[in-house]
Amino acid sequence: LQESESENRLDGETASDSESKSEFGGSSPVPTSDDTPEVLNRALSNLSSRWKNWWVRGILTLAMITFFFIIIYLGPMVLMTIVMCVQIKCFHEIITIGYNVYHSYDLPWFRTLSWYFLLCVNYFFYGETVTDYFFTLVQREEPLRILSKYHRFISFALYLTGFCMFVLSLVKKHYRLQFYMFGWTHVTLLIVVTQSHLIIHNLFEGMIWFIVPISCVICNDIMAYMFGFFFGRTPLIKLSPKKTWEGFIGGFFSTVLFGLLLSYVMSGYRCFTCPVEFNNDTNSFTVDCEPSELFQLQEYNIPLVLQSVVGWKTVRMYPFQIHSIALSTFASLIGPFGGFFASGFKRAFKIKDFANTIPGHGGIMDRFDCQYLMATFVNVYIASFIRGPNPSKLIQQFLTLRPDQQLHIFNTLKAHLVDRGILGSLEEA
Amino acid sequence: EVDLEERLCELDLRSDSDVPDVPPPTDSTPEILKRALSGLSARWKNWWIRGILTLAMISGFFLIIYMGSFMLMLLVLSIQVKCYHEIITIGYRVYHSYDLPWFRSLSWYFLLCVNYFFYGETVADYFATFVQRREQLQFLIRYHRFISFALYLTGFCMFVLSLVKKHYRLQFYMFAWTHVTLLITVTQSHLVIQNLFEGMIWFLVPISSVICNDITAYIFGFFFGRTPLIKLSPKKTWEGFIGGFFSTVVFGFIFSYFLAQHQYFVCPVEYNSETNRFVTECEPSELFQMKKYSVPPLLQAVLGWETVNMYPFQMHSFALSTFASLIGPFGGFFASGFKRAFKIKDFADTIPGHGGIMDRFDCQYLMATFVHVYITSFIRGPNPSKLLKQLLILQPEQQLSVYKTLKSHLVEKGILQPSLRG
Repeated sequence: LQESESENRLDGETASDSESKSEFGGSSPVPTSDDTPEVLNRALSNLSSRWKNWWVRGILTLAMITFFFIIIYLGPMVLMTIVMCVQIKCFHEIITIGYNVYHSYDLPWFRTLSWYFLLCVNYFFYGETVTDYFFTLVQREEPLRILSKYHRFISFALYLTGFCMFVLSLVKKHYRLQFYMFGWTHVTLLIVVTQSHLIIHNLFEGMIWFIVPISCVICNDIMAYMFGFFFGRTPLIKLSPKKTWEGFIGGFFSTVLFGLLLSYVMSGYRCFTCPVEFNNDTNSFTVDCEPSELFQLQEYNIPLVLQSVVGWKTVRMYPFQIHSIALSTFASLIGPFGGFFASGFKRAFKIKDFANTIPGHGGIMDRFDCQYLMATFVNVYIASFIRGPNPSKLIQQFLTLRPDQQLHIFNTLKAHLVDRGILGSLEEA
Repeated sequence: EVDLEERLCELDLRSDSDVPDVPPPTDSTPEILKRALSGLSARWKNWWIRGILTLAMISGFFLIIYMGSFMLMLLVLSIQVKCYHEIITIGYRVYHSYDLPWFRSLSWYFLLCVNYFFYGETVADYFATFVQRREQLQFLIRYHRFISFALYLTGFCMFVLSLVKKHYRLQFYMFAWTHVTLLITVTQSHLVIQNLFEGMIWFLVPISSVICNDITAYIFGFFFGRTPLIKLSPKKTWEGFIGGFFSTVVFGFIFSYFLAQHQYFVCPVEYNSETNRFVTECEPSELFQMKKYSVPPLLQAVLGWETVNMYPFQMHSFALSTFASLIGPFGGFFASGFKRAFKIKDFADTIPGHGGIMDRFDCQYLMATFVHVYITSFIRGPNPSKLLKQLLILQPEQQLSVYKTLKSHLVEKGILQPSLRG
């Protein structure tokens, strides 16, 4: 968990943050070691107020984690809705910061335009998803079919309308501000909307691809904080003075271990490992399938190095657990860069937190800044290493080709299959 | 701030900084005429320079078309790099951020990453046979997205590590500036290349329509211009706008008619792995075969014909020209607003009399995206070779099940005879 320290806790903070008075992004509340004795003194004397703050944060943390479990239980539809709400809230927070930075509340049309662009980009992305996953539903309903056939054109036309409105709204005295806010809006859209969309893609691949990465990032936050708190000594990066190498490395190992254990537990359940599908008959989401190879126990030989340590010769693991090592490693080593980026951003624009939505924690964006890089990584990882293209999507595309193109592809595919011996050289009925 | 803005407006009124073909405001025409007569040599000299450069650019364009698709691709790539460079340099000047640590390297690095990503996707699709033969390329293609993402992440981490205490805000501004510029210039130059591969006519007609609209809007505005169009560009007039619209539509019709007859322009560009060259040879699609159209009764009276022989493509050219005339100028207004916002006269001084490369291409960008979206929505379906490539990556069982589904579909439609063997 990213901690945003409140000012009254940081009396002993060194002056390394001249840009903004308060410190954030630190995983450890312990000031640099030359201040430790003072903090301990103060801790003993200010016990009640510090503990009160910790209690607030602790309770909120538990509340958020419980909430996370509840929505997982409620299913994919609710998860999608939650992701959408988080996305909108993050967008709102960042845009509000832009308004504050540029004092641009009274720019003509600007709020309307920002929300309009958010709507357009969401329409574009959700349209693409809906077409892929809800194919049969879309084909049945005539208006949906037309919307999906000309989806890109409609999205582009909507975007263009917004673009033209922006150009028409340019006012002589405010050109620069208006261009800044335009740029700000687009970069925010790029970060927030595309990545929330990738999270939904990951979710459809199987809930385990959604839960394990998010949990690893959260675990890394908490573990790095704990290790930093107990063993923190060497500062990690000037940008976040409270992060320490001990916290970083300790967090890395704990997260890898946590990922292995969590994947082991989750791989046993179909509701987590199966791709989410939309059932046309029941009009609801189902997660039911034959678990893929990734989620079937296999026997692995332990490398000799670890054999002496662990004492076993072979171990039964799910192949997915190997992938979870990659995911945890990314969450621990590269994920924090997302946090540093957000810290730098907050210092650059002299803000303490993105917003005040969650007591003791700051805004929604404060909690999700490390998640964004993770979502993109998981999506790229899945696309590169796990699944190939979606066969049903390919069949759909095939059906829209011209007959001569269809025949050409069919014959090439057949030749390929015969070549590989998958298909007998004689035509099979 | 107000003073500077007004001063810039005056500067605009005196010289053509928005778009080269814009006439002076009509309320000062008598004065201009007087000045033209007295200052003849200076004004004509300026016009001569602009005119010659215009002709030079158009000739250069024809020459490169003649030289073929590969040269066109290189040209598009060079233009993209130059536009990117111009916009980034403006950012440096605006923020006085020449000495930000690493920033120039990072900007060029991001440009390289994004280009690598896009060209990797294109190359894989269009050069499928070329790629299949080489092992190393196979590896790069298969994990292309991952490699591109890893490269981008490296740049991202370098940026975070390069943040320096005193310069946080500037560094974030330049980071955002770089990304928005990449979004505008690189993605759209990539779309231009995809349009090119669809057939050179899809590259030539849109670009020519935009150029024609610029020139004819200028000419109409010069002779008939009276009512200002938009406060942002005081020299644009409604007469120029509407006149430009009609002329561009007519021009598009006529130009498409000529181009549609030649296979060189009409056929999708393909890479021939044997000769290692690009070829444009094919059976022209339906779009490029003459058809008889009934002239609507309204126009029959005007034109006196009952039917007309046209290429279906000319109908599409009507849509393209309309977009080029009505929406394309908004790209120009956007660029004008941008120049005023950042108090610059031109994007750069690359072309004498015209400004920078970006000044010439500001209207083209929206057009490229529009043409691409138009093609994917109304013209072609998905790319067959890309589909095939994806089919070949599937697992054997998936391939078999897809094969069976396809076969039953083709048999059902009568495209495939069920008794065929082998």
